[in-house]
Amino acid sequence: MTEPLDKPKRKDPLKRSHVGHVPPAPRSRAAKAMAVRAGQGRFVLQVCKDCAETTYPPRDRCPKCWGELVWRDQPDGATLVAETTVRTSMDLFFRDHLPWRIGTAKLDAGPVAIVHVHGDVADGAAGGARVRLKLCLDRGGNPALFALPETETPNMQDDPQLRTFTANPKHRRVLVTDGRGPVGQAVAEGLIEAGAATVFLGNADPLMRYPGQASIEACEGIETVPLDIGDTRSVAELAGQLGGRVDILVNTAGFTREGGVGFGGKITDLQAGLDIDVTGLMRLAQAFAPAMSGRSDDGVNAAAAFVDVASVYGLTGRSGFAGMAASAAARLTLLAGLKSEMRQTGIRVMSVLTGPVDDEWHQSVLPPKVAPRQVARAVVDTLANGHDLTPVGDIAKDVLARWQADPLLTIREETE
Amino acid sequence: MDPSSRRRASYDGAVVCAPVTVPYVRFSPQTAHWWTGAALSALGRAAGIGPNDIDGICYSSFSAHPDTVVGMVQHLGLSPRWMDHIPTGGASGVMALRRAARAVQAGDADLVACVAADTNHIDSFRQTLTQFSRFSQDATYPYGFGGPNATFALITDNFMREYGVGRESFAKLCVAQRDNALSNPHALMKKPLSVEQYMAARPISDPVHLFDCVMPCAGAEAFLVTTPERAEALGLSAARIAATIERHNAFPDDSVQTRGGWECDIDALWSDAGCCPADMDMVEAYDDYPVIVAMQLADLGFCAKADLAGFIARTDFTVAGDLPLNTNGGQLSAGQAGAAGGYQNVTEALRQILHCPLGRQVPDARRALVSGFGMVNYDRGVCTGAAVLEQEVVR
Repeated sequence: MTEPLDKPKRKDPLKRSHVGHVPPAPRSRAAKAMAVRAGQGRFVLQVCKDCAETTYPPRDRCPKCWGELVWRDQPDGATLVAETTVRTSMDLFFRDHLPWRIGTAKLDAGPVAIVHVHGDVADGAAGGARVRLKLCLDRGGNPALFALPETETPNMQDDPQLRTFTANPKHRRVLVTDGRGPVGQAVAEGLIEAGAATVFLGNADPLMRYPGQASIEACEGIETVPLDIGDTRSVAELAGQLGGRVDILVNTAGFTREGGVGFGGKITDLQAGLDIDVTGLMRLAQAFAPAMSGRSDDGVNAAAAFVDVASVYGLTGRSGFAGMAASAAARLTLLAGLKSEMRQTGIRVMSVLTGPVDDEWHQSVLPPKVAPRQVARAVVDTLANGHDLTPVGDIAKDVLARWQADPLLTIREETE
Repeated sequence: MDPSSRRRASYDGAVVCAPVTVPYVRFSPQTAHWWTGAALSALGRAAGIGPNDIDGICYSSFSAHPDTVVGMVQHLGLSPRWMDHIPTGGASGVMALRRAARAVQAGDADLVACVAADTNHIDSFRQTLTQFSRFSQDATYPYGFGGPNATFALITDNFMREYGVGRESFAKLCVAQRDNALSNPHALMKKPLSVEQYMAARPISDPVHLFDCVMPCAGAEAFLVTTPERAEALGLSAARIAATIERHNAFPDDSVQTRGGWECDIDALWSDAGCCPADMDMVEAYDDYPVIVAMQLADLGFCAKADLAGFIARTDFTVAGDLPLNTNGGQLSAGQAGAAGGYQNVTEALRQILHCPLGRQVPDARRALVSGFGMVNYDRGVCTGAAVLEQEVVR
């Protein structure tokens, strides 16, 4: 049984922080393709188009018939046939996390794989123990197979090896950027329920009342902080105060107004949207990413993730919300750049893509719309599983699936 | 017709001579090129030859990057009419031997230098590992980065359970090899090892413990393959190649490696050689980990896997014993000099049967079995080979 993680003690500010490293990072193109799917929570392996052979490690051609390979979802069961506990390593990341348990797993899907092994898989279980494999992303954003006990065990998420593959909010301090809106408030409450130690909840205009204020102020663990992501100085000041205490950052800020491109759109709305959505994201990244990167392996409440909640229409554009979709598109592009930078420091960058939220700015949009609570659940789920792309709600799932299958067609459909 | 039933040609017309070892050091500031030159220089002294005499070269190294044999011939002033680069690490010595012999037999070359050389800088071993192979980059080393220790720990864990082999069997092999190493002046390990010390060693990656692991180092090994006439003209002692086998990626569907490619071709080896395991005066087996030594003893026909524990307990593997094993101490006690680790089994066998040992002589040694194993591309060794060498003439 996994020992529950203790609440971390206050750190001695005079002590040198533990420097975070990432596990060995170079990967083949095929392994990167596996990572992209892992980030969406899929358990995939390559299958031959011609002979249907399932293969691993990632290859570029089928080893049985030399046919071409495609990624397919696979059953996640496996039998552990050998195991070891690594007690010495020359790698800086693993040296800091020894001993490290690995095994050889015979997958129900066919191939054999070397896998990380959860502490609750019974000792000496190799030689027949049944396990469930999870396809995770490591701190460097690379795919990793992790063997879990077949059935849930107490405090399973607290396993020290598994925790390095997630950004579980338990005992962590989170900055949620926009507390004046229903999404930010729901996300803050959801994180507290998921075990976050503190949620710093941004308020762009501390002198003005806002809906939901009473329940937010009554919620233990939520601390409102002044933060206007449209103002570089405001972001820098908060980073100066909180810097080394933000373990997870969730950007829920966004600016949504109706309007077209040549017809019915306002230039000022577009400018305001770009300032909040796009420039705001860069302000947050520049103010918080370096301090988070310096604390990426700093114990139980090490800095772990930067999450951005954006509109799925950033992938496609959207008729009637052209400016909002444009700023979401720019936001996703910036986030991809940030993700690449943070892969080198061990901080995960995650994207939650939402359809129209059931709020005052989508009054004329037909259902289904996304309830703020759904966004909160998606954020917590993404963090706890270490995914990096999570669509929330039926519309976002539908748009993402169509976009993955045929991006140009989906762009046309969504802008008609 | 089954192509494997075609009889292989003998190695008549080719002999192996002049085994040389450039003494190993734990770390070296020199390059692979320097060590390669040192090996050629030692060959030159042993055979009285220079660059213009060598018309064929077989080369193996992990640390010569960005050069291959191509860069090496220009760097070291050779103009060969036949050359080969063999990137198979622990299997490279046996493979070089059989390729060079065919080249000499066919007349494509007369005097082939077979050389393996590697340097070992501080941190070279880690760097070699991180770039070793695509599969290990994608799917092995990011799993704890235990290096080969972890991969062989998984193989050992399964092997011990599957065949009832305990750590005491591995202790017997390692202690015997250390005993053999004590007379080898070049061996990096110079202190005796007891079974108690072996058993009490710290775990590295369970069930692999400290004395199951080799010490990476710098070093070089080389030998010559030529015609019997040329060997005589040079005044060199010579060995014949009675038989060889080679196999890669055998048994890909085994979940964990319990056997090597030897098992595919073992009958061909002994029938071509016209002798049997009992006729061997020694075994020079590839010994990156003792489990692989045990695997070879079974796969090469010395005992059944189910009887390994009993066979090891009954047998004396020291130089004076009933089956001398890795008579120079092997890599476990002499050090693992990269690709040269896949050559030292060949050079040591040659020295014993040509009666010019570095340390103690196996009494009346005339026949040796040499076995190579290399390249953990993912979860197992991919390349295997073996050769039976016999004394032709001692000069």
